[in-house]
Amino acid sequence: MNRGLNRILLSTMGVVFAALWALPFIYSVWTAFHDERYSANFQLGAPWTFENFVEAWRSAPFSLYFANTMILITIVLVANLILCTLVAYAFVRYKFRWAGFLFALIMVQLLISPEILIVENYLTLSRVGLTDTIIGIALPYLTSAFGIFLLRQTFMTVPKSLDEAAQIEGAGAWRVLWNVYVPLAWPVYLAYSLVSISFHWNNFLWPLIVTNSPEVRPLTVGLSVFATVDSGVEWSLVNAATLMTTAPLIIAFIIFQRQFVANFMRAGIK
Amino acid sequence: MIMLVIPCSLLVAFTHYPAVQALINSFWNNGSSRRPSRFSGFENYQALMEDDRLAQILINSTIYALGTIPLAIGLAIGMALLVNSRLPGTTLMRLSFFMPTMLPMIAVANIWLFFYAPGIGLASQILEVFGMQSINFLGRTDTALASMMFVAVWKEAGLFMIFYLAALQSVPTNLKDAAKLEGASAFRIFWDVVMPLLRPTTIFVAVNALINAFRLVDHVIVMTEGGPNNSSALLLYYIYEVTFRQRDFAYGATLTVLMVCLLGLLAIVQYWVLNRKAHYQ
Repeated sequence: MNRGLNRILLSTMGVVFAALWALPFIYSVWTAFHDERYSANFQLGAPWTFENFVEAWRSAPFSLYFANTMILITIVLVANLILCTLVAYAFVRYKFRWAGFLFALIMVQLLISPEILIVENYLTLSRVGLTDTIIGIALPYLTSAFGIFLLRQTFMTVPKSLDEAAQIEGAGAWRVLWNVYVPLAWPVYLAYSLVSISFHWNNFLWPLIVTNSPEVRPLTVGLSVFATVDSGVEWSLVNAATLMTTAPLIIAFIIFQRQFVANFMRAGIK
Repeated sequence: MIMLVIPCSLLVAFTHYPAVQALINSFWNNGSSRRPSRFSGFENYQALMEDDRLAQILINSTIYALGTIPLAIGLAIGMALLVNSRLPGTTLMRLSFFMPTMLPMIAVANIWLFFYAPGIGLASQILEVFGMQSINFLGRTDTALASMMFVAVWKEAGLFMIFYLAALQSVPTNLKDAAKLEGASAFRIFWDVVMPLLRPTTIFVAVNALINAFRLVDHVIVMTEGGPNNSSALLLYYIYEVTFRQRDFAYGATLTVLMVCLLGLLAIVQYWVLNRKAHYQ
């Protein structure tokens, strides 16, 4: 009896805490779906509307921003998957001089991420004339120390006997990689892709510095421009735009909730 | 060998080269079209020592890191325990806790900007319900930094919760059962059995949180621009402002060197602490 009461009490506290935690988000959703005059006074019976989204979509080139973000995350993801695989494979399969030292050098990127080095990276980019291009936004992120680390750890668990068996069958280094290592690392590729996509969908500071024109701006920068250009802008519009630009991630999360959580865990445990 | 050359040269070009270049540039002053930059020795570093704003910002950054990291970790453990319990409503709780993590920092900043907005925002409306004066949270020197810290905790705790959830689910149940048989209270079981098993996760999360505390300043740019009166500025934001608003690339490079040194120092301290821990175990 006492235990049951405790459970109910704890459960109620948990739900209340969760509701409080979600409050800023819920308030933003509520405002986005209501007319501007309800954004300051909360009324239960206020009519719901989709007008804010339509107007926000019309008043800034969000479809262009969406396309740019898509291109950006595709470039980064494809490059990451290929390049990190190659490096991880080289480290696992071949013994060479300075391997440990080289690996430590690569891991430096985990500590000193590209965001820290914006000053010099911007100078490098302007020297090669790639500022204000999508390639320029992607360039510092094309190889990822995190990806290399994750894949090396995974490749190391591949049994040597499998590798040797494939070699006896006459498979070259590339075939061994493609037919033995890559299929076995499949869940890690999936987990890493999710992390990479959400990171670059959300990245802001570096794209803000590199981009100047709307033609190359990703969503995050586009959103910040939209929210600041007209500071007197209506809150319901800003909230609608905020939700709109993050909706794909939120919807994907709700649909794939279990996989997301499981994959984040797997990526985290290492 | 080709496998290594392309990826590594990219990595060197955007990690090691800029770090070294920052060091070199920090000994030169800004050039202009009429006057090329010249070697200036330690001038930039002298400016660094005499920069009152920087001193304030380093204090802010320390408060920010020391305040947000333990709070986020504590909340994350609590959330993970709640979600991991067999209580009703855990699906909803997990959704609520994890949602902020999925949002871009820039979206989080907009949501909280609205939440904090004086008069119209929910924060001041709640205060009014309790008959209190509404506060301009982001516009006062004594509340701006704390308000930003709360935003950071709100965004990060959910991500850390996931790592703790994974760790909690790998705690062997027979350990807990044994403790229960011995008559240990739920609190004792958590403190003496579960907590020590969570230590590797805590170390991993703390390292990540520390790096993030330096790396992520999107919300500062959007919400306060470091103000009012410098009270919510963080180091990376200062680098951004000095370099890209004031166009002082030489001083920006000097600040970058300071940042890299700080991170290196923290890495050494962490390595030392972890190594010492490993000896005892």
